[in-house]
Amino acid sequence: MAGPLHRRRERLRVDQERTMSADVSYSTAFQQGVREEMQRDKTVFVLGTDLFDRGGHFAQVKGLGDQFGRTRVRDSPISEAAMVAAGVGAALAGTRPLVDLNFMDFAYGAMDEIANQAAKLRYMWGSPVPLVIRATSGVAQGGAQHNNSLEPWFSGLPGLSVVSPYRPYDVKGLIKSALRGSDPVIFMMHKKLTGARGPVGDDTELVDIGSAHVARRGTDVTVVSYSYGVRLATQAAEALAQDGVSAEVIDLRTLYPLDTATIVESVRRTGRVVVVDEAPRYGGMAAEIVTSITESAFWYLDQPVHRVTGAHTPIPHSPALLDAILPTEADVVRAVRQVLADGPQEAR
Amino acid sequence: MTIATSGPDLDGTPQAELLDWLSDMLLIRRFEEVADELTLRGKVPGGMHAAIGQEAVAVGAVRGLRSDDIVSGTHRSHHHALAKGLPVGGVLAELFGKATGVVGGRGGSMHLADFERGMWGSNGIVGAGLGIAMGAALGQVVKGSDQVALGFFGDGGANTGRVWEFVNLAAVWKLPLIAVCENNVYAVETMSSQVTGGESVAARAAGFGLPSHQIDGQDVVAVYHAVREAAERGRSGGGPTFLELLTYRYRGHNSGEVIRYRTEDEVTRWRTSKDPIERFCARLTEQGLLDPDELDRRTSAAHAQVDDAVRFAEESPWPDPSTAAENVSAWTRSGR
Ligand SMILES: Cc1ncc(C[n+]2csc(CCOP(=O)(O)OP(=O)(O)O)c2C)c(N)n1
Repeated sequence: MAGPLHRRRERLRVDQERTMSADVSYSTAFQQGVREEMQRDKTVFVLGTDLFDRGGHFAQVKGLGDQFGRTRVRDSPISEAAMVAAGVGAALAGTRPLVDLNFMDFAYGAMDEIANQAAKLRYMWGSPVPLVIRATSGVAQGGAQHNNSLEPWFSGLPGLSVVSPYRPYDVKGLIKSALRGSDPVIFMMHKKLTGARGPVGDDTELVDIGSAHVARRGTDVTVVSYSYGVRLATQAAEALAQDGVSAEVIDLRTLYPLDTATIVESVRRTGRVVVVDEAPRYGGMAAEIVTSITESAFWYLDQPVHRVTGAHTPIPHSPALLDAILPTEADVVRAVRQVLADGPQEAR
Repeated sequence: MTIATSGPDLDGTPQAELLDWLSDMLLIRRFEEVADELTLRGKVPGGMHAAIGQEAVAVGAVRGLRSDDIVSGTHRSHHHALAKGLPVGGVLAELFGKATGVVGGRGGSMHLADFERGMWGSNGIVGAGLGIAMGAALGQVVKGSDQVALGFFGDGGANTGRVWEFVNLAAVWKLPLIAVCENNVYAVETMSSQVTGGESVAARAAGFGLPSHQIDGQDVVAVYHAVREAAERGRSGGGPTFLELLTYRYRGHNSGEVIRYRTEDEVTRWRTSKDPIERFCARLTEQGLLDPDELDRRTSAAHAQVDDAVRFAEESPWPDPSTAAENVSAWTRSGR
């Protein structure tokens, strides 16, 4: 019988195959967007660890070192506070640094530079900080300290924008917007999407920060998610379609500012909502999204909004444990069926 | 580690400016005395940290820079801001939280800034200001500008890890940074020498492979020379310099603090033998550049400037409350 490890490997393989035919990977989309912006604007430069030769641990800047040289692709010591401080000061100086923190988890080592400096300087001093901080986010493997979900931390910090794209198209369009903006952007790229492929826009195509994308049209229920959760939501929607359920899937793309207009427009039509987020449940993004829906579309709801989230735990190492705490496609299907069932419901 | 002090004459200093340096020091002293008193009278929300006794550090350092060079400060930074030429009324109004404050009442005593004058913020987080200066220095390199950046931090700040992360990065990237440890002996109530390993902060810095010196911070001329030399090195691509300026604060850590951690004797010793203003006056007098009348005139001018600033701050309006959530970021959706 296949064990959890086997099932997990199988799932990753399927994820990759599903997208083989399309043209550009999630990582390459990022690299393309950064390259185009570096060509367009001489003040854009990248700093972080293992970037120049290796191209970053997720090949996110592969080839940029050779093309732009060591002054624009800067290899730094493993010094997260220094990396972000360097970015903040250089941004204040009118340049456009892209700081690569490798894993989002390492941002804790630069929390003051992000939370007290980057996020607040425009407000306190009137001086914008056009800084982008990129890192790999989301839950995959690697244990408790490489799988933290920092989305609610950063989204709760006035002064920051937080993006977390699902499709290569959005990766490219959003990094281009971020590098042209005037304020700090936290750019989160999900580990499990690294090799996922899809089309991307040309060098003039941007995706607005703060705009959601309707990933799938539907009429019966709205499933709201972002990043890898969009895959779960879309797969669940496909499965439900076989039973005649029409689910709309919204890919938020940006977590702050939240595109509540797109969510509300959908909820008004469907009257039923499921929010999918792999991050820990308590105080997470899902809670904020549900509140926004309640504030703006309460009278359109036919059922309470459901959340499908990760458990309130650190991330375990064992695949058997990991599978037990993360949301799955089946969980989304079950939640949708629950909100579609009329009548009072048991609390989860 | 030798302590650099300037020689008896004033060779190499811009003679025409020396009396202005004195005026700056007198202004800072008066400002701090008055601001301290106003704080005790409840005029400064949240209180403040005075730098009385540390005037030579700020004036010597800023005068050793070009006016377009960048300075970032600490929580104790009125002296840095005033030395950098921020308007006295604007600084005091900022302490009061008035609309006419240098950042419109958004910052306060610990968050003064004026980017046009090269004051890239005083910072409420110990050690953080050095990071801003380090990044500013990187920005100059990226832009191909020849400005340098000077970041202040305290002897307390020297015990935070981040300070050394910044110094290391500046050293390996040869950034035009001047890292200035303003060693005023205490961090709040803790004598820094009792909680700091090694011979000195400057000795520790030398391990990062950059020039590092201990300087008599009560000697404005010595500070000036050290910073000017460091700025020239930074400007010509020679990389960062580390300076530990030995100084002393006469008042408590913050206004109204009851001091139990040091003796009155100790304070008196610093005040009577090492006061930066008296020492500078004595030197200027010896050189025939200052007489008692001139000193009186300059002292009265400083008092008048501060009196005007008090009036200005008192009479200034409060910021419009409807603007309180403005200018957070272009990404921010307004409202609650
Ligand atoms: C990161 C951080 N930790 C603690 C504090 C509280 N704090 C404010 S000032 C100070 C002492 C700093 O001493 P020093 O750096 O020597 O500067 P000084 O007050 O002597 O000018 C402390 C601990 C702070 N502001 N920031």
